[in-house]
Amino acid sequence: MLKILQVYGGMMMTALGQTLLLALLALFFACILGLVFGLLNVSHNRVCNFIGTLYVDAIRGWPLIVLAFFVYFSIPGALQSWGLKGFRLTALQAGTIALALNCGAYMAEIIRAGIQSVDAGQMEAARSLGLSYAKGMRKVVLPQAIRTMIPSIINQFIITLKDTSILSVIGFPELTNTTKTVVANTMNSQGWLVAGLMYMVVIIILSKLSMYIERRVNRGR
Amino acid sequence: MADNPVKIHVEALKKSFGSLEVLKDISLDVHEGEVVVLLGPSGSGKSTFLRCLNQLETATGGTIMVDGHNVTDKHTDINKVRENIGMVFQHFNLFSHLSVLDNMTLAPVELKKATKAEARQNALQLLKRVGLADKADAFPAQLSGGQKQRVAIARALCMNPDIMLFDEPTSALDPEMVGEVLSVMQSLAKEGMTMVVVTHEIGFAREVASRVIFMEGGYIVEQGTPDDVISHPKEPRTIDFLSKVL
Repeated sequence: MLKILQVYGGMMMTALGQTLLLALLALFFACILGLVFGLLNVSHNRVCNFIGTLYVDAIRGWPLIVLAFFVYFSIPGALQSWGLKGFRLTALQAGTIALALNCGAYMAEIIRAGIQSVDAGQMEAARSLGLSYAKGMRKVVLPQAIRTMIPSIINQFIITLKDTSILSVIGFPELTNTTKTVVANTMNSQGWLVAGLMYMVVIIILSKLSMYIERRVNRGR
Repeated sequence: MADNPVKIHVEALKKSFGSLEVLKDISLDVHEGEVVVLLGPSGSGKSTFLRCLNQLETATGGTIMVDGHNVTDKHTDINKVRENIGMVFQHFNLFSHLSVLDNMTLAPVELKKATKAEARQNALQLLKRVGLADKADAFPAQLSGGQKQRVAIARALCMNPDIMLFDEPTSALDPEMVGEVLSVMQSLAKEGMTMVVVTHEIGFAREVASRVIFMEGGYIVEQGTPDDVISHPKEPRTIDFLSKVL
């Protein structure tokens, strides 16, 4: 194991960096997607509900690996045949899209549940004072919902961080993909232990951070 | 008071939830400065009626005019009308993530009715009026039920409304806290606020109401002065109801 670290440690750290880059990009867009579709799902408008449910159902129904192949191969293929000659997605772009779409659907459900956990009287009180639905949501409901959502959101972050490993199948040089190369070159399967520990350290740091945030947010209660 | 201008005009109001018709045909005028108390058994539609007045429930049929604005018309800016109608809820509905002061200044500041400093000043004044000047920085969870409800009344008053709706404001309170809330309401009535109150407090109705309305089954069964309706009811259903609660 030490020998692997000496020779390939730098390479694996770079790969971990790529993993984190992909995860951060995906989570950023997933948060936006989750908020938009979560809000659509709690609205009282049927069209909005339909669109929200469609997204969540469609994405949850697809395995991430299939989604990744679809975004990486099928979408550029279709666009090329429709006249966008030479359209391609890099593995990072496709990986970000697939992972963000996937995580966004779960985030939408977390946000929907969080909003619905806030007593309906809160929105009614806000509306009775003359605030619009949007203002009531932003100033009254969401700040309360976010408290109950934080543990689930961090949990989803952790899942998404680990799901980056699935993007190795489209050739993105993240940690799992790189480890595969290292193990093949060294003929030493201890590389997997190193990779596993690297993921674990990052995730433990993330969960400690989440506990800290949870404590801070709940302090006022 | 019947000579005062009409603040709320309700005509042939109907409200259904699915196949359940809760309000069948309600017509009513409330004049400026009147305190109208709605009595009736649970399920009679009192709360639904009250919630229709500021369109927390959308009416299924009929017309409601508040201060000349047709609130049952989709084109009316309902948010604007609601600024002038305060509402107090059974379960207080204070914003639990905000301090008492922030609860009170949120709407006036957001709706540009006042600057932050003005809203603060006004809120502190109102808190003094409901006897809670020392609770400005407390959070709702730190208050008793009676204190919460007094803050809720003060919060509604921060928008400087000229109509106040009360939806069973004392029903969720411990008995010893009912008095403090009723006395705030009573002083509000004395100052000439137009009020519509759903309550089971017959004593309050008798003392403060300018008109008592008895509702049952989605209709107004009987109305008149407290003396007429509470002390000398004519309708058998009113007599029956009062015999159970008095």
